[in-house]
Amino acid sequence: MTKEKKGVKLENVSKIYIDPKTKKDFYAVNKVSLDIEPGSFVTLLGPSGCGKTTTLRMIAGFESPDEGSIYLGGERIDELTPDKRDTAMVFQSYALFPHYNIFDNVAYGLKLRKVPKEEIKRKVSEILELVGLAGMESRMTNQLSGGQQQRVALARALIVEPAVLLFDEPLSNLDAKLRVIMRTEIRRIQRKAGITAIYVTHDQSEAMSISDKIILMKDGFVQQIGTPQEIYYRPKNEFVADFIGDSNFLRGKVVRQEGDDSIIDIYGAEIRMTGCPNLKIDSDATIVLRPESTFIGDSGYFPVKVTVSSFMGAYQLYHVMVNDNLLIIHDYNPKDKKIYDIGDTAYVSFDPANTHVL
Amino acid sequence: MVYKNMRQSAKLDRTKFFSDPVLVVTVALLIVFLVLFVLYPLAILLVDSLIENGRPTIGIFQRILALARFKTAFWNTIRAGLLSSAFSTIIGLIFAYVDVYVKLRSRILEKLFGIVALLPVVSPPFVLSLSMICLFGKAGLVTRYLLKIYDANIYGLWGIVIVQTMTFFPVCYMMLRGLLRNIDPSLEEAARDMGASRLRVFLTVTLPLILPGLGNAFLITFIESAADFANPMLIGGNYDTLATSIYLQITGAYDKNGAAAMAIVLLSLTIILFIIQKYYIESKTAATLTGKAARGRAPITEKRVTIPLAIMCSLISVFVIAMYVMVVFGALFKLWGRNYSLTLDHFKSIFQYGGLRAFKDSSLLSIIAAPITAVLSMIIAYLVVKKKFKAKGLIEILSMLAMAVPGTVLGVGYIRGFSNGLFHTGILQGIYGTSIILIIVFIVRSLPTGTRSGISALQQIDKSIEESAIDLGANSPKVFFTITLPLIKDSFLSGLVTTFVRSITAISAVILLVTPRWNMVTIQINSLAEKGTYGPACAYATILIVIVYAAVALMDLFIKHFGTSKYFSK
Repeated sequence: MTKEKKGVKLENVSKIYIDPKTKKDFYAVNKVSLDIEPGSFVTLLGPSGCGKTTTLRMIAGFESPDEGSIYLGGERIDELTPDKRDTAMVFQSYALFPHYNIFDNVAYGLKLRKVPKEEIKRKVSEILELVGLAGMESRMTNQLSGGQQQRVALARALIVEPAVLLFDEPLSNLDAKLRVIMRTEIRRIQRKAGITAIYVTHDQSEAMSISDKIILMKDGFVQQIGTPQEIYYRPKNEFVADFIGDSNFLRGKVVRQEGDDSIIDIYGAEIRMTGCPNLKIDSDATIVLRPESTFIGDSGYFPVKVTVSSFMGAYQLYHVMVNDNLLIIHDYNPKDKKIYDIGDTAYVSFDPANTHVL
Repeated sequence: MVYKNMRQSAKLDRTKFFSDPVLVVTVALLIVFLVLFVLYPLAILLVDSLIENGRPTIGIFQRILALARFKTAFWNTIRAGLLSSAFSTIIGLIFAYVDVYVKLRSRILEKLFGIVALLPVVSPPFVLSLSMICLFGKAGLVTRYLLKIYDANIYGLWGIVIVQTMTFFPVCYMMLRGLLRNIDPSLEEAARDMGASRLRVFLTVTLPLILPGLGNAFLITFIESAADFANPMLIGGNYDTLATSIYLQITGAYDKNGAAAMAIVLLSLTIILFIIQKYYIESKTAATLTGKAARGRAPITEKRVTIPLAIMCSLISVFVIAMYVMVVFGALFKLWGRNYSLTLDHFKSIFQYGGLRAFKDSSLLSIIAAPITAVLSMIIAYLVVKKKFKAKGLIEILSMLAMAVPGTVLGVGYIRGFSNGLFHTGILQGIYGTSIILIIVFIVRSLPTGTRSGISALQQIDKSIEESAIDLGANSPKVFFTITLPLIKDSFLSGLVTTFVRSITAISAVILLVTPRWNMVTIQINSLAEKGTYGPACAYATILIVIVYAAVALMDLFIKHFGTSKYFSK
């Protein structure tokens, strides 16, 4: 599979639907611009209705954009029907052809391309080997498990050597354990094939584990584009912070600026935040703090009241209140630590380096 | 071309649509076909009935509406329609209720129900009229020989109503059975649990839930009854309905404009009923019965409920089945009313007088029409369900409209529309009086049923199956022939056989369009019955039933062994 890799570019792409109730236009996808590098694995992530699937279907050609243009490897593809685009999609429902066996399913795209019979045979058995279904050519699709059907769908898309592989929530019909196995498989196969992949999911842990880059969407807008680490550690807004993992939002006020550092008053404690030079004095600041980076103890920055305390195995889970704000704390390895009870007063501390100021 | 106010997506969709030449040509041809053979013949009727000697006039309508004969026919149609659909719906409901709610302990009863459900599929329309006459007519086996009544008169309103009820109630039964099965049993159990009696549950829960469904069955039967030509023709006697009046206006009075005006009246009636059924009742049915029965329903086992219902249904079934069997005896008795010794003379005689040719002609034309209709309706269904384009609505409406058009109206429309060519200009005149126009009539008459079954089959198929084929590089025809058609081949096959059956048993439009060059079975039966030679008529009908039954049995066998069901089961 040594084919030229192609990138995908979206320029201000919008899709407008008419709301069936109000009869008014609404933007399912709103001026989205993306630049997906050749050979990379990019995930469109977001809650349902955020426009991620519509974006994917516009790239595949099933939907036409109302604004903007889509490019594949530098070539504008807006007017091409899906059959003429160099993309192949793996569908949520796998969409295997029920009247064909595995061989005919996988060979379908090659037959359309009039590939010689012998070559089809060889390629099908190669690709089935790659996805771990060697020798199962003559099985019918309804004799396969969900995971196996998924592998056939992947093989069928891969075999036509598309410039871009598209995945529309491919794992959502599998059980949790299989999902983890399959996502690793998909990543392994994509790496091996060196193909550009665009992956749609609403599952943030799937997105984090599989992607080179995540594009987080909400209400048709792109919220943030970045590597999983960037998105987790430096979320651009509260939505991103909250959607990717749990987050605590500390509400503070900027007291003064010292070089690149800001001194922020958080619930009465003045805390030095590094690397945020552009904050205005006296302005409000929201600090994102992950539950696993939040510590509870007999001393700390500010006092809190414990409202929930549960043993979760790997950690002790606390919900604590400060000034009507709820904070979540994951206290790992709780075995030899002091356990606070509901109603107790405790203190919260954290390493300012593990926070992010919005 | 500039589309100034068009959305970019609409423009792109249009560009994409026009980049698929096969799709464009198919859609264009379909539109031409439907406009030419569905819309145009109806439009020309309207034109004909409003223009006389080149000037617009309402004179023709005034003349027709003033005809006492026409007024009688109109009210006759309404009266027969109301009675037939009321009885059909009620009997259909009883059968459906027994089927779904009552535990039938005997295999024989289950078999009877199965046969009743099959009857409307395999029955030529006038068979029941024939046997009605043989049993209860002036020389009827029952009336004259059992009851010794010498002036029995089965002709007229009640003859029509009885025959139409027997013809249409199985359709109501099948429709209502589907609805009842979809009622969640817990609704009724909840009412039972709160202390309601069975009757009360039926009246306050079950009945309100299926009320729109009953309305649906009633209206569909009403349309069928108003459009029915064969039965009023055979058993109506002096009781003329709109369908028979139109026929007589053309063949008897040679008043083609008058017939056109009458046809417009009948068409308006059926279309209004069709619109109410389609857009009002169907939406209500969907609104009340959305859920699927979650689990099985505990059947009613109390003897005081089951026994009377079972007896009633068996009596009706046996009676209806006996009517069909009677046709066979009618063909075997030497002379109905006089000599009941068995003979094969009638079969011999029909084959001496052109019977073989009639069967050959009818079969040939039906066999030609069947695959064309089946393919056309699957293509229409595919376009309607899976494709996005502007003219889609037009195609859907025109192919469904044919459902509401009575055969007689279509026949008159074809006479007016094609006997002097398109708009009386001589263009396409060549097809008039040929087998081509008969085949086209067969196609148009069967297209709605085929399309309907295709649409419902396609709606059950996950759209991403086709999308993935497109995505892998298949163009529209490739997708249709390698993916869509194989997945709906059951529906395709049933469209094939249904068209064959409907065509070989068709009479209403055919009787107006057939020329002596073509000898059709149904026309033979009709003219023999009109002359009172029931023996040969029954012989024809018997062979026809055998052919039709064989076709349906063959289809069932094929679907069972090569059908799609095995793809979708684990």
